[in-house]
Amino acid sequence: MVPLSYYLVLSGILFACGVTGFLIKRNIITIFMSIELMLNGVNLSFVAFAANWHALSGQVFVFFVMVVAAAEAAVGLAIIIAVYRTRETLNVDQVNLLKL
Amino acid sequence: MNGGAQVTPQAVEYIRILPEIVLTIFGIIIMMLDPLMDERRSQRTLGAVGLVGALAAIVATLYQSQYPGVGFWGMVNVDSFSVFFHFLVATVTAVVILTSYEYMEVQQIRAGEYYGLILFGAVGMCLMSSAVELVLIFIALEISSISTYILAGFRRRAAISSESSVKYFLLGSFATAFFLYGVAMMFGATGSTSIAVIGQVLGSGQTPVLAYVGIALMFVGLGFKVAAAPFHVWTPDVYEGAPAPIVGFMSTAPKAAVFAVLLRILFEAHAPGRLWLIWVVAALSMTLGNIGALVQDNVKRLLAYSSIAHAGYLLVAFAALPANGIPAAMFYTVSYAAMNVGAFAVVSHFASAGERYVTMEDYAGLGRRSPLLAATLTIFLLSLIGIPATGGFFAKFYVFSAALQANLVGLVIIGVLNSAVGAYYYLRVIVVMYMREARQEVPVSPIPLGLGAALAISAATTIYLGVLPGRVLEYATRSAGDLLR
Repeated sequence: MVPLSYYLVLSGILFACGVTGFLIKRNIITIFMSIELMLNGVNLSFVAFAANWHALSGQVFVFFVMVVAAAEAAVGLAIIIAVYRTRETLNVDQVNLLKL
Repeated sequence: MNGGAQVTPQAVEYIRILPEIVLTIFGIIIMMLDPLMDERRSQRTLGAVGLVGALAAIVATLYQSQYPGVGFWGMVNVDSFSVFFHFLVATVTAVVILTSYEYMEVQQIRAGEYYGLILFGAVGMCLMSSAVELVLIFIALEISSISTYILAGFRRRAAISSESSVKYFLLGSFATAFFLYGVAMMFGATGSTSIAVIGQVLGSGQTPVLAYVGIALMFVGLGFKVAAAPFHVWTPDVYEGAPAPIVGFMSTAPKAAVFAVLLRILFEAHAPGRLWLIWVVAALSMTLGNIGALVQDNVKRLLAYSSIAHAGYLLVAFAALPANGIPAAMFYTVSYAAMNVGAFAVVSHFASAGERYVTMEDYAGLGRRSPLLAATLTIFLLSLIGIPATGGFFAKFYVFSAALQANLVGLVIIGVLNSAVGAYYYLRVIVVMYMREARQEVPVSPIPLGLGAALAISAATTIYLGVLPGRVLEYATRSAGDLLR
């Protein structure tokens, strides 16, 4: 059997990939996909822990996370379309009317 | 989760989520009425339905408070703590709807779902304050966040509004992922996501390393949501671009709900290693917020930085001992909600069509042109400074005295110094309003009924808390007892 730590390391790597993508990518859609990758990393650790504790609840949580991620994607893409309509670009460096 | 014995929920359990049910029903009514009504006249009717919904939620909360207890297999817990935050969220919702009435007409936004989304957001915030299960907290957090992402972009024709919406959305989802990873780690460490069970495991001595990681990650996620430094960078941008009444909403109600979640997680679950973490974040938020606000020229941005600073003051209470810290934090959320919703109500009225007048310059001479508006804004600003006889004074006083009782002298010194810095930029607004002549005549329309009511409620609450803080504090102390039991 594959030990728990392997899954946790993989989920950590997925999460870290998502964080890195979020920080270095410049296209809003790619940034959004990085967030989905982070959520999937979390899902993997939920499932791994559920198997470890023999608790089904951990697997059920993954469904909740997926549903919420889908709702978030629906709203997020609509917002991205609204941005594209006003600015005609999806590069975060050019979406800069508000100074940071 | 001790299912099996009982398969269907009992009637009393529905009472324990009654405010949420009421808000959802009214939200759905608004969504269904919207397409059926004449677009030009629907705004007022739908707003009225929303207002009735928020008031009905207040009534439902009062009714619910007579049936404390756990419901839905240990998912929600109605105690005086959750009732306190339900009441706060529902009241803020009502006041914000009153403010939005006129704003939506002036900005010529014709969309009924605006009020529906406010109510749906309130559902999430209410649920957050009564949830005692981490996954339910996550779902409630998302219900409230997704609604506010949309609301932030409601001035669709203005490019800065959709930009603020997308920034809020991306950073908010980023934070949510961190929170969720924390939940997963906590689940891995304890085998449960119920706060009560986690509290038992962590309270029994042995603390797994994973639990520390889980708390830290959850704290990062929630820190983003309350705009605490170093997770605050999104705040000024989002607050500048979003519609002003919505800024008043999202800087108070969701924050209060997230603080409720933080209180539950940190104190009820006996979270390990919280002290130094909170110390650093509180000190950073106060300092960065106040220093950032010093150089702002846009009033909305100024209030955004001030809200970062206030998140810092509030976190000071979290570092204190639970018995004093929890009531102090609860008192702070109420008085902050009253003064901030009020301040943004004034800003939203004064901003006029297209939110043109939001810089410091436009406020020059307001004291002469609209004495009443200037006077109410002055009350809120004095309260934000923490001048005696306003709610802000006692809020700061209780927080700092709770911190002193926990021997956090360093943190209190940083806090008091910051309050002095903060006084400068709030007073600057007041000085500009009363002492400086306007260069160009900025029109001020008379105060409409809805806004007047909203301002009256906020101002009355601010002063009430400053003159007679006893009852609220006493209730908060009792709630803290409920939470710690």
